[in-house]
Amino acid sequence: MSFFGLDCVTKTERELERKLRANDREYNRSFKYATNAIKTSKYNVLTFLPLNLFEQFQRIANAYFLVLLVLQVIPQISSLSWFTTVVPLIFVLTVTAAKDATDDLNRHRSDKRVNNRKVQVLINRKLRSEKWMDVQVGDIIKLENNQFVTADLLLLSSSEPLNLVYIETAELDGETNLKVRQALPVTGDLGDDIEKLADFNGEVRCEPPNNRLDRFTGTLAFAGQKYALDNEKILLRGCTLRNTEWCFGLVLFAGQETKLMQNCGKSTFKRTSVDRLMNVLVLCIFGFLVCMCTILAIGNYIWEINKGSNFTVFLPREDGNNAGFSAFLTFWSYVIILNTVVPISLYVSVEIIRLGNSFYIDWDRKMYHSHSDTPAEARTTTLNEELGQIKYIFSDKTGTLTQNIMIFNKCSINGKSYGDVYDYTGQRLEISEQKDSVDFSFNPLADPRFVFYDHSLVEAVKLENPEVHAFFRLLALCHTVMAGEKKEGELFYQAQSPDEGALVTAARNFGFVFRSRTPDSISIVEMGKQRSYELLAILDFNNVRKRMSVIVRSPEGKLSLYCKGADTIIYERLHQSCSKLMDVTTEHLNEFAGEGLRTLALAYKDLDEEYFSQWKQRHHEASTALDDRESKLDELYEEIEKDLLLLGATAIEDKLQDGVPQTIEELSKADIKIWVLTGDKQETAENIGYSCNLLREEMNEVFIISGHSSDDVREELRNAQTSMKPNAAENPVILSEEAGEGVKLIKDEVVNGEYGLVINGHSLAFALERSMELDFLRTACMCKSVICCRVTPLQKAQVVELVKRYKRAVTLAIGDGANDVSMIKAAHIGVGISGQEGMQAVLSSDYSFAQFRFLQRLLLVHGRWSYLRMCKFLRYFFYKNFTFTFVHFWFAFFCGFSAQTVYDEWFITLYNLMYTALPVLGMSLFDQDVNDVWSFQHPQLYVPGQLNLYFSKKAFFKCAIHSCYSSLVLFFIPYAALHDTVRDDGKDMADYQSFALLTQTCLLFAVSIQLGLEMSYWTAVNTFFVLGSLVMYFVVTFTMYSNGMFLLLPSAFPFIGSARNSLNQPNVWLTIVLTSILCVLPVVTYRFLLIQLCPTINDKVMFKVRQAKATPPPPPRRARIRRSSTRRSGYAFSHAQGYGDLVTSGRFLRRPAISLSSGFSQVGRAATGFSPMGRSAGYSPTGRPQNLKVPDVEVTSLQMYRTITDPSL
Amino acid sequence: MASSYKDEDGHISVKKPENTAFKQQRLPAWQPVLTAGTVLPAFFIIGLIFIPIGIGLYVTSNNIKEFEIDYTGLDPSSPCFNCSQNFSWNSTKPCTCSIPFYLEQPYESNVFMYYGLSNFYQNHRRYVKSRDDSQLNGNEESLRKPSKECEPYARHDNRPIAPCGAIANSMFNDTLELFYSDPNGTKTQIPLTATGIAWWTDKHVKFRNPGGNNDNLTAAFQGTTKPINWRRPAYELDSDPENNGFINEDFIVWMRTAALPTFRKLYRIIQRRNTMVPTLPRGNYTLEVVYNYPVRSFDGRKRMIFSTISWMGGKNPFLGIAYITVGSVCFLLGVILLFIHHKYDNRNNNPDISSN
Repeated sequence: MSFFGLDCVTKTERELERKLRANDREYNRSFKYATNAIKTSKYNVLTFLPLNLFEQFQRIANAYFLVLLVLQVIPQISSLSWFTTVVPLIFVLTVTAAKDATDDLNRHRSDKRVNNRKVQVLINRKLRSEKWMDVQVGDIIKLENNQFVTADLLLLSSSEPLNLVYIETAELDGETNLKVRQALPVTGDLGDDIEKLADFNGEVRCEPPNNRLDRFTGTLAFAGQKYALDNEKILLRGCTLRNTEWCFGLVLFAGQETKLMQNCGKSTFKRTSVDRLMNVLVLCIFGFLVCMCTILAIGNYIWEINKGSNFTVFLPREDGNNAGFSAFLTFWSYVIILNTVVPISLYVSVEIIRLGNSFYIDWDRKMYHSHSDTPAEARTTTLNEELGQIKYIFSDKTGTLTQNIMIFNKCSINGKSYGDVYDYTGQRLEISEQKDSVDFSFNPLADPRFVFYDHSLVEAVKLENPEVHAFFRLLALCHTVMAGEKKEGELFYQAQSPDEGALVTAARNFGFVFRSRTPDSISIVEMGKQRSYELLAILDFNNVRKRMSVIVRSPEGKLSLYCKGADTIIYERLHQSCSKLMDVTTEHLNEFAGEGLRTLALAYKDLDEEYFSQWKQRHHEASTALDDRESKLDELYEEIEKDLLLLGATAIEDKLQDGVPQTIEELSKADIKIWVLTGDKQETAENIGYSCNLLREEMNEVFIISGHSSDDVREELRNAQTSMKPNAAENPVILSEEAGEGVKLIKDEVVNGEYGLVINGHSLAFALERSMELDFLRTACMCKSVICCRVTPLQKAQVVELVKRYKRAVTLAIGDGANDVSMIKAAHIGVGISGQEGMQAVLSSDYSFAQFRFLQRLLLVHGRWSYLRMCKFLRYFFYKNFTFTFVHFWFAFFCGFSAQTVYDEWFITLYNLMYTALPVLGMSLFDQDVNDVWSFQHPQLYVPGQLNLYFSKKAFFKCAIHSCYSSLVLFFIPYAALHDTVRDDGKDMADYQSFALLTQTCLLFAVSIQLGLEMSYWTAVNTFFVLGSLVMYFVVTFTMYSNGMFLLLPSAFPFIGSARNSLNQPNVWLTIVLTSILCVLPVVTYRFLLIQLCPTINDKVMFKVRQAKATPPPPPRRARIRRSSTRRSGYAFSHAQGYGDLVTSGRFLRRPAISLSSGFSQVGRAATGFSPMGRSAGYSPTGRPQNLKVPDVEVTSLQMYRTITDPSL
Repeated sequence: MASSYKDEDGHISVKKPENTAFKQQRLPAWQPVLTAGTVLPAFFIIGLIFIPIGIGLYVTSNNIKEFEIDYTGLDPSSPCFNCSQNFSWNSTKPCTCSIPFYLEQPYESNVFMYYGLSNFYQNHRRYVKSRDDSQLNGNEESLRKPSKECEPYARHDNRPIAPCGAIANSMFNDTLELFYSDPNGTKTQIPLTATGIAWWTDKHVKFRNPGGNNDNLTAAFQGTTKPINWRRPAYELDSDPENNGFINEDFIVWMRTAALPTFRKLYRIIQRRNTMVPTLPRGNYTLEVVYNYPVRSFDGRKRMIFSTISWMGGKNPFLGIAYITVGSVCFLLGVILLFIHHKYDNRNNNPDISSN
């Protein structure tokens, strides 16, 4: 997919109206419209350094270090050499700058690629190939098939009849279906006559650039006439021309002023809750730092008065410095020394860890979908640990939970049910791939990808059972599918709903092949015989009618009405004679519905010639009536669609994506609540809810909210609350006012039993009103699962926002279509299902992968690990820096509060960068408490993340206490050990340098051992990092303290010889061992007691892992859940109204039978003809292969229908 | 990214991630868990190792003989009271006092003689940095132009101070001499070795006289002035040219600043001369002090310490006690945890995880 850029430059001066004249560059140039070049990059070679630095110093941590640097320049304050701050700062700035530079380089590249695309422009009466960026407003350009639209164009003429062009707007709004644009006849007449086009001098006046994709107003003045322009005549940048040989357009907006670029607002920057907590903590730390410095400054004041003033003999004060001023200076000196409590490397390390964990997601073979060759992708690298804290998942249905592939699974014909396979004992068999499928070889026109397992149906067809024939004839005739034929006998269907496609394909395979249609005829091949039916009327589908009918005249001249529709609707219109059949069929319908299949009832009726011609007359009148046409037609339809004879029923499986029920079950075990937000009907949604385990028969109750008024909805919600929690009404809604933030939070409530909630779009509109949203949220949160149907994209986002606002919980939205973009952007984490509909969802998502089931791995494995690692990292990082810093605090009491450091300055400089950086990074990149298999086995391991248990203010406080203890040990043990002691040769050892060396060595050992305790997954790399860092410490120390370094720069390396002279002393090593043990002892004891007395879920699982010493056996394959229930999917027919008209109007049929030569196995959707498929990207059996980008792979039926068993899974 | 290849199903996989242990997070690893089987033995072992070490350290430390005299002279009865009262840096006439003392035990091996100072903030930041290492390393340029860090002891009378800085300026300058009084009344001076008291690296690398091996130190220090508080210039500290100027060991010892406000520094070594005779036999001694160094102004104390040494250095019972304590605590904790483990163990072995 092309990259059109993300950032838009806002225009300074506002344009009120746009005026331009075709083919007149001089005139148009006077308005200084933007050219078609786009720029999404931020920097160029010259501006990079200043701009980037400016941006970086806007971050508080960097700015803080800059201030420190300034402080260090002041000699009275400077307690540390400049390099202690400069080295880390430069390191951090360089790393960040390098990352920004690569990002910007990529943007430059993509800009360049887009800007250098070629397009044909009419210049000086000739078509010339020009770069995109040279196109200007007012130019006439020629586009060819499959080209991207260069700029926002006014369509002038096209190769197609009626000046139509077909465009795909996937990049703009995510919809993959083709849209039609039509040029004005007056410009359409220009055709492709270059001379005429060059003479065209129409003047356009239109609205200024804006970001509304669906509106356009303007006028075209040409040859003395004025023509109104609307959106139907505009081609927007970002669209792709399809099925149109060529077209000419006049550039209206170019470059940054195109609607695409105006639309791409700055994407909102998402932060994780750990981020937010970290910011709070950093502020706390700043406060704490000020406290410590104040205490020390006061200490200094007291010391200066009591001791310092007497000590002036040896240490004179500088002129004019009294105790107060000295204390003031000391304050700042300590700000410098104690700066390590806010470690600059924290942010860099956090970014590195997140990046690493994002790479793991990209690399995971178990989230790679081999069928579509799509690996998982972490599009954002800053949200990983949030994946381990998800509490609410908002999922789209179509394309996310379901594959949007419909399969003709079962049917009931004349009271006999087909589709199940029984063994010889009469036991129903589980249908699996190994079973023999029906052999359709008798039918040369059969679709090879269609599989059916029940042989009795094909027998019935072969035995010419009249009902079965009528059944399939109906399926072959009553639909709005379009047929195409690539070559003789190779049919492909384009259906506007996948259900219909499945039904027509089923009829095709059972010998009733729908071959082609004209506006007034349908030709089918019935059991090998070509027959043409005269199509007299299509009684189209709509939401109220919930049925469609066709009236046809058979070749024999018999008039029939064929009707298919929702069973309830059809049943009302049946002839009494069918009552017995109705009962049997109802039973079958119930059975089908119980398995989660979508059902339709089929009926027919023979018509009387006389009656029909009279009806037809009235129909004609009604359809040309000026007022109230709809209801008049409805009445007529109602009249003719009665006394129908029932034929049977079909059951179509809305094929779920692989592993959806299991995934949902696992996720709900992890205490994640799943809400399905779908645009589908209530029945369909409910149906899917049951088949994917969201709603269960065992649930105490499933509430259905479908009130049409505010009061009804409130009533229904209240009732639901009361039945879940009888005393709920008495208690007011529990709200806890969060201090400071002023945000109300709703607590989770415990109800006994499991409940489900289904709410309709129109009710949701009321429920989302301010006055009711809390009621709604409360009810919804009491339920185990929630399904919102018929929701608009905006409502999806509103629901997400509602939960985000009142629940302290992390939300995730997953979807595949453009209608999910709003919720993907609204949720804390947005996941896009890639390879389905357009790219819009993926482009605005944070993570993307090909299958819903990967969500389980993303959350339970990657998310959990990321969260665990991040928390471990933060806890340890704060620990190690606090410990490091606090030692200075204790030392202050023994050095006259003079801001003398405990450690060597080089040690301070390198501690975070070198000695401890890699081990902690190693831990946070590799650590895992239990492996992925066990994580799946025990989804409860996920719960601590939701409760924020691993890193919270409390954990942070514990960390600080722990550091406090460690620092006390680390200061006072060496203090006592060295006090008045001497070396084994009698020489001094209690000197400052030896003490510094001893303390820093103890510190390094203590934090390394502590790291070892934190680490639960010691890989070779970890070991190497930990030991390597210790070795590195000694190497660096001995080097820095060597003769050579000292002689080179005596003032920079004054510690010469300390290492040699102290580290050969036994009591130095005894002290190191003692401090290490003392630092670790309480931690081990505490943890051991915790594990013994109140083990966490992690401890238990880890213990179990240890006992098992092997991977657990894979969970037993769950048998397919069979239910026999009274619940019945009323009507599941993902139809849209209006296609009947289209079919009969023949508008599409005017087009030659599409450029079939290209073949439909060509890449993506490029080759499909105009496919009136609505939003469904892949109705399966006949349509083009979905998820398949590799052009030359033949799609076999196996790949299409069976569960893919990837060996890596 | 992986290159294009066909996987087992025959699909062409262009973007299939590589199957490496690293990328799939399957690196072999050791997963330690704190179980009773590891923690409890560790506690007992630590206890069993620490207690003997502690006892050994404690005994060693106790066997070290140490004798300490505070000669600050705060008490009016103290011989040095007068000296401590009328003190001035510039008094030309040194004040001396002699302190008699009695050694209860004979000191058999080499005896190390330290001076100790209390309440002396040698670790104060401004004090610590007030030196010029490159001047002390014999750098000519730094000799003439001492570093700014030495202020306000960088220049005096328009001449650079050598050695500059507050540390050098405040060098300890009491002279201690030791006399043994025979039971028959004769006083013999005990020879004190003034060399070999500084670190080898300090003496040979860190500190060097200007002018390299030039014997004429006076010439090398030409143009500089002595630190304000000093009585003599640096090149007159000792008659031995190997112990003069910046490489004078008393000076080097002083320049190695102490970590804490109470410290001791090696002053002299009393070498054992005769294996038959103790270095310091039991008996009466007199410490003759040339009292130059003022400490009263800041409540400081001056001490003279005799000490023998062992493999673990000087007398410091702390490590021994600490080891014994930590070892016992470990052992005790081991017992307590063992008890707890036995009592509550069933909780952990409960395989039913979901019950939580």
